[in-house]
Amino acid sequence: MSTQLTYKEFLSRVKSGELSLPEYYQGLKSKIETEDKEINSLLSVNNKLDEMAAAAQERYKDGTNRELEGIAVAAKDNIAVEGLPNTCASKLLENFIPPYQATVAQRLSDAGAIFVGKANMDEFAMGSTTETSAFGATKNPVNKDYVPGGSSGGSAAAVAAGFVPAALGTDTGGSVRQPASFCGIVGYKPTYGLLSRWGVTAFGSSLDQVGTLTTNCEDAALLTSKMMGLDEKDSTSSSRVPENIKDFKAIDIKGKKFGVIRETLENEHTDEAVRAAMQKKIEDLKAVGAIVEMTSIEEITYGVSTYYIIAPAEASSNLARYDGVRYGLQVPRVADEDVKDRFTKTRSQGFGDEVKRRIILGNFVLSSGYYDAYYKKAQKARIVLADRFVQEFNKYDYLITPTSPVLPFKLGENFDDPLKLYTADLCTIPVNLAGLPAVSIPAGIDGVSGLPVGMQLIGKRFDDGLLLGAGEFILGETK
Amino acid sequence: MSNTSDIKKPYPIIGLEVHVQLKTKTKAFCRCENKYGGNPNSRICPVCMGMPGMLPVFNRQVLHDSILAGHALNCKIARVTKFDRKNYMYPDLPKGYQISQYDKPICYEGYLTIENDDGTTKNIRITRAHMEEDAGKLIHLEDGTNNSYVDYNRCGAPLLETVSEPDITSPDEAVKYLKTLKEIFQYIGISDCNMEEGSLRCDANISMMIPQADGTEVNTPIAEIKNMNSFSNVKKALEYEMIRQVEEYEKTGEVNNGTNKTTRGYDDSKGVTVFQRSKEGESDYRYFPEPDLPHLEVSDEVIEQQRERLPELPAPKRKRFVSQYGITEYDALTLSASLALANYFEDVCKTTKYYKKASNVVLTDICAILNAENITIEEFSIPADHVADLVNQMGDGKISSWIGKDVFAKMMATGKTASTIVAEENLAQMDNDDEMENICRGVIEANPKSVEDYHKGKDNALKFLMGQVMKQTKGKANPVKATELLKGMLG
Repeated sequence: MSTQLTYKEFLSRVKSGELSLPEYYQGLKSKIETEDKEINSLLSVNNKLDEMAAAAQERYKDGTNRELEGIAVAAKDNIAVEGLPNTCASKLLENFIPPYQATVAQRLSDAGAIFVGKANMDEFAMGSTTETSAFGATKNPVNKDYVPGGSSGGSAAAVAAGFVPAALGTDTGGSVRQPASFCGIVGYKPTYGLLSRWGVTAFGSSLDQVGTLTTNCEDAALLTSKMMGLDEKDSTSSSRVPENIKDFKAIDIKGKKFGVIRETLENEHTDEAVRAAMQKKIEDLKAVGAIVEMTSIEEITYGVSTYYIIAPAEASSNLARYDGVRYGLQVPRVADEDVKDRFTKTRSQGFGDEVKRRIILGNFVLSSGYYDAYYKKAQKARIVLADRFVQEFNKYDYLITPTSPVLPFKLGENFDDPLKLYTADLCTIPVNLAGLPAVSIPAGIDGVSGLPVGMQLIGKRFDDGLLLGAGEFILGETK
Repeated sequence: MSNTSDIKKPYPIIGLEVHVQLKTKTKAFCRCENKYGGNPNSRICPVCMGMPGMLPVFNRQVLHDSILAGHALNCKIARVTKFDRKNYMYPDLPKGYQISQYDKPICYEGYLTIENDDGTTKNIRITRAHMEEDAGKLIHLEDGTNNSYVDYNRCGAPLLETVSEPDITSPDEAVKYLKTLKEIFQYIGISDCNMEEGSLRCDANISMMIPQADGTEVNTPIAEIKNMNSFSNVKKALEYEMIRQVEEYEKTGEVNNGTNKTTRGYDDSKGVTVFQRSKEGESDYRYFPEPDLPHLEVSDEVIEQQRERLPELPAPKRKRFVSQYGITEYDALTLSASLALANYFEDVCKTTKYYKKASNVVLTDICAILNAENITIEEFSIPADHVADLVNQMGDGKISSWIGKDVFAKMMATGKTASTIVAEENLAQMDNDDEMENICRGVIEANPKSVEDYHKGKDNALKFLMGQVMKQTKGKANPVKATELLKGMLG
């Protein structure tokens, strides 16, 4: 774990005058400048940091400081932040600066947070290594020969490298939790609907949720408490206030019931190193008084195939807007070209292979003649799976899986094997399909490779605060 | 086909798809102003421009207006309805999909009653009416650049698409259906239904039934006809298509097999329909449920609220006007053409019993002013009870219709009531018999030539003499009484 201050510690030091914001941001900038050349976690850095830090310091002086005044945070490059590009790590949006700010970014800014920059990612959040970025892969700060995971790999790496205390990511099938696991930090995906998606570039609209990458659960709860709440601009957002988010505390798990989903541990895809780390962590939980049992959700094995129908279907539609007509990449015009040719050219040049692969897949599963066999069936499977989670939560307070069944990949290792990468999402995907909250917390380091393993805790819908509270307790008590 | 003389003639079966733009204040899924025209791209925002991360928020007024339309078309209203994405790429469609309704339309299974010229009626079944958003407009300027431009002002405007069953059996009936639908939508105030401005658009599905010698019928392949931008074009296109399909059948023998539908465009300048594409060439819209909008639950309360908003529709209103007020069918038709005018007429009738006179004043004097000043009845300055007062002055015989026109003009100019004007200007009809007799006698004495003509049987002579009486009394003579007096004196 990093030795970074929590936001609360940071804020109290700024308040007491121990820490000067202009100096802090100077340090932060020079660290990024020297170290991020190699890691490539940030695609853009805010050029107004000096002014913003000075203004925040001023507010402390005159007593108008807001709750998060001066905290540093980074955002994945698909979350619109005022004045910063929003490339989605795609050539198609290389020069796109949105004329609006995502609700989550607005709410954090309104609370005084400062956006340091925009983080690298897999193109349009499609990938699990950050290698599909059109602007170069990000390296894992833990070991630079390895990928940081993805698609929020830039966000995870920026936090793990100590550039920022926290970063926002987006999670459609594990894209916050898996990079957190690969980089040895905390990655939290809220209940679907807890955070507004307005201003967040859509991938799979019924699955997408903004999440946080932090070094502890308390910071995740703090950021979430400021970002959550009904947004009239997002009809799928909720006004529900989860317990234990606003006045966050660690929750003693003594006597709490945990179900370990057997299918995520005992299968051909799970590394022995991951299994061993999980076993040890489970013993730790028992040692502090938790009741931990093995349980079974067989339907979880259909998660990956279900997801790889629904997510590409929605993506194929969500990405149809990138046609070069109104914004984004415009390829030079050739005489006598019809509009279809221009669409084809723009999209052929603008999108990378993984994005194209998913658009083609999505269009296929929605085509007439195939809709019933694929999309409709996947929707049914999704409902069955969600029901199974509800049943399990009648028995358990929390469910447990590894976050990733495998250790981090080497850079380039699996780039040409999409199916293998898709399969590696088997633990995280079902959570999005069911709309549940989940957090990945560090579960130890593999002794052989020195690479981190993450444990995923899954909670009931809108039990986000209780989930993070348990996570915080486990982080503190079971090192 | 030489022996067609002794068997029935081929006839068409036609179904219509009508899009009307709802005149809500704002667009269907963003809060941009919903209005025709304006500088290109002056009424757009990141949401209707489909920028990354933008989300639709449904305008409930669209739901309410659609339910109202559903009531007017005798439709069932869905208790749970949802939106779907219709995916296709075109430069006028910023998101690359249109938010529409696929399998759960807001209105379904209704009918529209049309009235034939002979007074008989026919119900055309309505399959469904669903909500969707409009696209932008492509503009091709002759500016030498060979560029095309897009105006997105219309993009995201709410549309209601009404689909009929193929119950229509002639081009005239198709036009009747359209006119009736337009009248109803205008009546309930949900759309301007202006074909020129594109707030009413119509596509037609047509195929022919061709009777055979053995008593069976064959059905020709369906053609969907687009680009008909006026009711007369709808008629012309369908008439053309009827002939074309029969000729085509005679040439090829091809019949409707459920898969050989084609799309054709109407070419106004040539008066023909032109092949555009076959079904195989159609884009696959890859419909799926819109994940950005939750299902809409439509409560009984909302459905009932809209039912209460539903006014008496034009056809029943006309019948009632004829029977309740004893006015002609023609006058009833004109009065009920606009709901506001019909309401004004009924307001006048609240304080007068001279309904025919009331109808005359509204349709001639008032409508003349509305036309001349290009205003609506809502903007007309004289209150209905003042008009009733004028009608009563005439009906009670206090003033003649001739004087009535003068009084009306003075009401317009001064804002005074008819009673006040008649009293102040001493315009009441002359009822004093002695005075009348004197004037009549004077007129006869002064016009011996006319008296002579009258005795020769020339009708105009009496009219001339009456005119003279009126002139001398400044129109105040009771015309019936004066005619009697003149006739008596002339012998």
